Amino acid sequence: MIANLVQLAAEEEQSPLVPPGPELLVGTIAFAIVFFFFWKKLLPNINKVLEERREAIEGGIEKAEAAQVEAQSVLEQYKAQLAEARHEAARLRQEAQEQGATLIAEMRAEGQRQREEIVAAGHAQIEADRKAASSALRQDVGKLATDLAGKLVGESLEDHARQSRVIDRFLDELEEKAEAGR
Amino acid sequence: MSADQTQLAFEWNCRIMSDNGCGFPAPGLHSFLFQPIATVGGFEFNKVMLLALITTLLVVTFFTLAFSKAKVVPGKLQMVAEAGYDFVRRGIVYETLGKKEGEKYVPLMVSMFFFIWIMNIWSVIPLAQFPVSSIIAYPIVLAALVWVLWVSLTFKRHGFVGFFKNVTGYDKSLGAVLPLVMFIEFLSNLFVRPFTHAVRLFANMFAGHLMLVMFTVASWYLLNSWMIPAAGVSFVMTVVMILFELFVQAVQAYVFVLLACSYIQGALAEHH
Repeated sequence: MIANLVQLAAEEEQSPLVPPGPELLVGTIAFAIVFFFFWKKLLPNINKVLEERREAIEGGIEKAEAAQVEAQSVLEQYKAQLAEARHEAARLRQEAQEQGATLIAEMRAEGQRQREEIVAAGHAQIEADRKAASSALRQDVGKLATDLAGKLVGESLEDHARQSRVIDRFLDELEEKAEAGR
Repeated sequence: MSADQTQLAFEWNCRIMSDNGCGFPAPGLHSFLFQPIATVGGFEFNKVMLLALITTLLVVTFFTLAFSKAKVVPGKLQMVAEAGYDFVRRGIVYETLGKKEGEKYVPLMVSMFFFIWIMNIWSVIPLAQFPVSSIIAYPIVLAALVWVLWVSLTFKRHGFVGFFKNVTGYDKSLGAVLPLVMFIEFLSNLFVRPFTHAVRLFANMFAGHLMLVMFTVASWYLLNSWMIPAAGVSFVMTVVMILFELFVQAVQAYVFVLLACSYIQGALAEHH
């Protein structure tokens, strides 16, 4: 058998670099079919699908990007609101403090005012009492003095007009002395 | 067809050092010749042609199954096919020609890559065990196709004078050696290049098949008396060579298509 094949090779005397005709034909047909299918049918098919996939992926990415942008804006909104709320709280605290301060100041002023009023009322009372006491004392002293003088002089000084003149004169002298002595 | 015309590269009852005087039949050119399986009107149809046609059937069937009902969310088969498709499209065509120029050549390159690869793979498939591309006719068909495409593209892009300049590598600054360079470039581009393009694939598969046959046959023939350890070594080498050939088959398909792309790129490029 081997001999047969070797003989065959010798007979044909063909270099392996020289292509046999029928093989060229078969090779051409075989490849032409493959190429035709790929060119006309298979690759257009898969390219369409790949394109669809690419679009789907890109669409997904776009959606994700949109969602991210929205999330970002919401976050910023929240942050702004939070900052506003903090600001508001600070403002309210400040206001409360101010109000408290004014309230205290007002109450202090009121207290001061009441104290002054009370003191002034006390002063007025004292003055009134002093005046009353002084006029009562003047009468009593006058009366005592006239009584005493009457008893001493033995003469009734009952005469009212005279009596009061004398007393007044006496008291005026006392006051003058007091003035002079001061 | 008689029994002694089968395609076995060796005989079952033969071993080296045996009494019946069998010698080791070294694989050679006869390993690449096939008796016709059938003869139709003077046309001799042999095993290699059958394998070539099965290659077509396999590639077309596989990609039809994978791509004809392609979905946006791919199944397993579609995913594998897409990976292969993308490898050629992005890894080879877009890399050399760019996305814009290259798109037109994607179908050619993809079909060429898988056609060549499957033709090569027959080398290690049991029962087939013959790389279709080790018959030079098959690489020549493809290389010729690329060559014709390259020539016509160069004409179309650059016109007659431009074609001549492109093919001869015309460059004034070379001065006195210009005629020599032009002569060499002319021969190299128009004749040597398509030849090496086809032969590179052919010779790799040819040599690979020789090695495989060598070690396989040797494993059988050495299986006698004190040669048995050598048969073991030969068998291990067979396995190693099969793995190596799997690698070479893919690399050669890749290189063939890559070169085709780079030739086309040369045709499309502006002349400097």
